[in-house]
Amino acid sequence: MFICVNWSYNLGVFTKVGGQMKIGVPRALLYYKYFPLWDAFFSELGAEVVLSPQTNKRILNLGTEAAENEVCLPVKVFYGHVLSLKDKVNALFVPRIVSVEGGAYTCPKFLGLPDMIRALDVDLPQIISPTFDLKLGLWEFYRSVYELGGFFTKNVFKIIMAFQKGLNKLNSFENLLHDGHLLNEALTGRFSPAPRGPLRIGVVGHPYNIFDSYVSMNLIERLQKKDIRVLTAEMVSPEIINEIVSNLQKKLFWTYEKDVVGAVFHWLDTRAVDGIIYVLSFACGPDSLIQILIEHEAKEKGFSVPIMPIVIDEHSGEAGLVTRLEAFTDMISRKAVKEKS
Amino acid sequence: MKITFPHMGTLDIILSDLFTRLDVDFVLPPKTTTKAINLGVKYAPEFACFPLKVTIGNLIEGLEAGADAVVMVGGIGPCRFGFYAEIQNKILHDMGYDFEMITLEPPMADIKDFARKCKKIASKKTLWQILQAVRIVWKKAVAIDEVEREVLKRRAFEKNSRDTTVAHKKGLAVLKEAITPYEIKEAREKALSLINEVEKDLRRCPLKIGIVGEFYALLEPYVNFDIEEYLGQKGIYLERAVYLTDWMGPSKKNSVMGIDSDELAKAAKPYLSHFVGGEGQTTVGHIVKFAEEGFDGVIQLLPFTCMPEIIAKSVLPKICKELDIPVLTLIIDEQTGRAGVITRLEAFIDLLWNRRKKKLSAVGC
Repeated sequence: MFICVNWSYNLGVFTKVGGQMKIGVPRALLYYKYFPLWDAFFSELGAEVVLSPQTNKRILNLGTEAAENEVCLPVKVFYGHVLSLKDKVNALFVPRIVSVEGGAYTCPKFLGLPDMIRALDVDLPQIISPTFDLKLGLWEFYRSVYELGGFFTKNVFKIIMAFQKGLNKLNSFENLLHDGHLLNEALTGRFSPAPRGPLRIGVVGHPYNIFDSYVSMNLIERLQKKDIRVLTAEMVSPEIINEIVSNLQKKLFWTYEKDVVGAVFHWLDTRAVDGIIYVLSFACGPDSLIQILIEHEAKEKGFSVPIMPIVIDEHSGEAGLVTRLEAFTDMISRKAVKEKS
Repeated sequence: MKITFPHMGTLDIILSDLFTRLDVDFVLPPKTTTKAINLGVKYAPEFACFPLKVTIGNLIEGLEAGADAVVMVGGIGPCRFGFYAEIQNKILHDMGYDFEMITLEPPMADIKDFARKCKKIASKKTLWQILQAVRIVWKKAVAIDEVEREVLKRRAFEKNSRDTTVAHKKGLAVLKEAITPYEIKEAREKALSLINEVEKDLRRCPLKIGIVGEFYALLEPYVNFDIEEYLGQKGIYLERAVYLTDWMGPSKKNSVMGIDSDELAKAAKPYLSHFVGGEGQTTVGHIVKFAEEGFDGVIQLLPFTCMPEIIAKSVLPKICKELDIPVLTLIIDEQTGRAGVITRLEAFIDLLWNRRKKKLSAVGC
């Protein structure tokens, strides 16, 4: 049986010899963007999707030990998830997502991610790393989809259908977000009643920082416990974001930073929130510059909405965050009371 | 309109020459020093990469000296460098400077915009005249880089310390004065012969080290603590992966270094199979090439938090293991001290000598 499995590996086709094919998806980075798509796609093609557990201390430690010192926290967390998954699966899914729209990249780290994982000095299962680059056009994109599906079946029709099903899942997931549901709730399907308090705080930053409750130290839950309504960039409709971003002096060439800039500018314009918390990870390249754009815009708008940047890394302490959150929320509620009277 | 621009290695010589030819009024900011770095660190975002901080320092000094326009190069990503001009514009305006930012975006992206900006900088000349001037200055830039390449190679053999550096300075002065293409050619020969005439000890068998990394950290001697001169005087034969013209010119043909970018991508493929912005993939390619050519070691220079180079650094363990080549990574930012860098370099050199001795004794020498 072993030989048989090996032989099929060489062909690049996983057969169901010896049970269902297990494909590991690390619960980090772009999991928070595209998991519904991947999940539906792989399940439809007959693979079992194995998710790594929620980030915990062990995973973070695994990641920080294995990764280079200088990479940003989310990538270290990704390393940790890969290492915690490696013995439980037949293959790991580490896609190289170069661009998801014309004329913009994701982030250099995503471009090099599969190579960085392959350079790890440990025994890893096979790494499935198709390259998705929408800048090259739809034809190339679907070729990558076919290549990915080719690991499971050679039936083009089946692959396209599975992908279409994945896209539908992704669409309904994104619709949930635009309707105002929090990302982690939309992902898990467990919705809890939102707070009804008068204060609204916008939390922006990369979803893999904000919605990883270990990394963000339960930021959102903490705010909700104070009866504060939390808004995130995912809730702002893409049309609004695109319109704001197209008015920028220089076109932004990072897709995921567009959401941050668009949401913050929109909130500053409409005053839809009473305060903004901007979560950045230390050593994040795009964030370091986007911060300036946001501060500049806030200055021009006369600081109508207070903004607090929170920089997180593996050394961030919970007590520090709690203190800053309390000071910020107190300040905002005082401001709100003052403006009312 | 008085133009200023940031420093980067010999860029000031080349741009001064070009602007003089085009009759453009410009101010050269003082050479990069601790003052510029401190200014930049004060006003730039905390974990932006180091070149942004230094160039902001340069620009502040340039604007203080009376400039009212800044020329910067743009980009289309994914490296942060493409966004520098925009961020510098915002920071400097927030600081209260009144100036115009002229960002030269890559001509491949928008050729009309590029031409318009060129015309704006050199308003007294026609586009044809600009093109001619650029062509001549380009020759000069290549000549300067070629002289530099020879300096790096030959410093290891000099009998009296600093002789090559002095000859290099003299050569640069000669090149600076050259105006017509013929004069540039003559000046190049002159500079090369000046370096050639330095008294040499050819019996030496120096260590060979390749220098790779992010272009700004490689090209700006004040930022990299002039490690090239330090290593050269330690008797080390150096080759550098990126020269100014390699960085400025069309990426297809690597004129000074002599390696095609496709060839580099091919060499890097087993370790880093996709372009990651900046010099990430070329760094890996160069390391592989240096290993193949039998270099004793490689030094990688990068500014703190540089994204493409960190990706390259992450795949280094695999390269070092498979190709058996030691790589020393030096990360530079405003906190880096010269003494720390020198200590690490000394340790690295010792390690390389020991390795060589071991190799020689293994073959029975």
